Amino acid sequence: MNIFDIIGPIMTGPSSSHTAGAVKIGHAALRLFGKKPDKAIIRLYNSFSKTGKGHGTDKALIAGLLGFAPDDSRIFNAMAEAKKAGLEAFVEFMGENNAYHANTAEIVLYHDSDSMRIIGKSIGGGRIVITQVDEYETGYTGEYHGLMTIHKDVPGVVSHVTSSLAKFGVNIAFMRLYRKTRGSQVMMIIDTDNPIPEKVQDLLSKHPQIEKAAILNKK
Amino acid sequence: MFYRLQLDDIVKEAEKQKCSLSDLIKERESLETGMTIEEITKTMEEMYQVMWEDYHSGVESDNRSISGLTGGEGWRLMNYVKENANHPGGIYIKAAARAMGVSNTNASMGRIVATPTAGSCGIIPGVLITLAEEYGKNKDDVVDSLIVAAYIGKVIAENASISGAEGGCQAECGSAAAMAAGAGVHMRGGRPKQVAQAAAFALKAVMGLICDPVAGLVESPCIKRNGFGAVQALLAMDMALAGIESIIPPDEVIIAMGEVGRTMPVTLKETSEGGIASTPTGKRIAEYLENAGSNCLQQFLIRNQ
Repeated sequence: MNIFDIIGPIMTGPSSSHTAGAVKIGHAALRLFGKKPDKAIIRLYNSFSKTGKGHGTDKALIAGLLGFAPDDSRIFNAMAEAKKAGLEAFVEFMGENNAYHANTAEIVLYHDSDSMRIIGKSIGGGRIVITQVDEYETGYTGEYHGLMTIHKDVPGVVSHVTSSLAKFGVNIAFMRLYRKTRGSQVMMIIDTDNPIPEKVQDLLSKHPQIEKAAILNKK
Repeated sequence: MFYRLQLDDIVKEAEKQKCSLSDLIKERESLETGMTIEEITKTMEEMYQVMWEDYHSGVESDNRSISGLTGGEGWRLMNYVKENANHPGGIYIKAAARAMGVSNTNASMGRIVATPTAGSCGIIPGVLITLAEEYGKNKDDVVDSLIVAAYIGKVIAENASISGAEGGCQAECGSAAAMAAGAGVHMRGGRPKQVAQAAAFALKAVMGLICDPVAGLVESPCIKRNGFGAVQALLAMDMALAGIESIIPPDEVIIAMGEVGRTMPVTLKETSEGGIASTPTGKRIAEYLENAGSNCLQQFLIRNQ
């Protein structure tokens, strides 16, 4: 966290957690999915569900999925903007669920036969944490530039990724691996100080053990 | 007690080095983020610019919120100040008017700066713009005091919370008042130690304050609470500058606020199921908005006058 997470962001009202934070969750989901979704199902829980309409939480999440920033004036026309962009979005208000944080959104994104389920929470002042991506429990904040890979749980893949980053002078700030079971598949999320060049993605996608690589650069 | 980040630590460091708290914070942030000190200052200037615009749009017109529930509170109080030039409330009432004006801008879905949140976005600009006017401070002074405010908020966010859904209004308006109080001390030339003391006073003043937005909107009681938050911040600032000390150290007060927030019932944490949100009128307003939108709400409000 830096001081501009506290004084900031510059945003469109009315709520930093329910509007700006929701935009950020949507945007983080878009980055993790790694491509333009053509359909999105959004489920809101707890305070997000109960006070989401008044705060424009539903619109804000869709705005994030369209790649808008929290101070974008188009947030409150997000439904129409989505239609224009070819994104079919559905929002469900789920009420209370004790399993989730007070401000939780679940987003399922689709593109052709591809899909991804993401759960994010908004923890105040516009800061967020993505707590789940498909079956992986994560702690992704979106505060840094970064990279996500899904790869086979075998020796050498991590070093291939980190040496690829080193080749382009990218410094790693945080790095986490989330594994289902030993030898199966693993998700890795790396936060970096520098933006990651597009070329890194090509370099990683060619590796036989890497199933997916998505660049998570901030705007 | 485990702290992720302490006010005490940076206060002692600043006192030892005999340097300005804002300079020390800029150095630390520069190290942590890789931004240069010039970039940090420039980014904070941009934040200040937006706050300045919000304050003007907030107090210069009767701007209704999108829902139609509120509007013009800051403008009304500012007009009252102008009409009563000898009002003994002085800067306290002006700061409250400006805080409410910025909060009005937020409710009308204007572009604002989260300080630390949108729900509490009026308090810091209200207090700092008023102090700068009163004491003849320039933009650089305000920007430096915003740096101090941000660091206080960062310590609170690390050790407690700045979210109404996590900790109630004490975590939002309480944190904003604590940040404004400390920043005010810094602007007035108080010692680093007094900055932390002021923050503690402001937090203690509203410990336990719930978050109960009517119909889930950041309007009622939020806009008025921004006005009260500004006044509490100024009093906390003056107490600290007078040399009064908190019996409980500021970092322990922050931890206590977080703990109160965790144990607060969920009905009182931005779910609109308690406090004034669950009063008969609060529920009726929510129902009108749900079923018929803001046009119908206007008629409801007129009928109830």
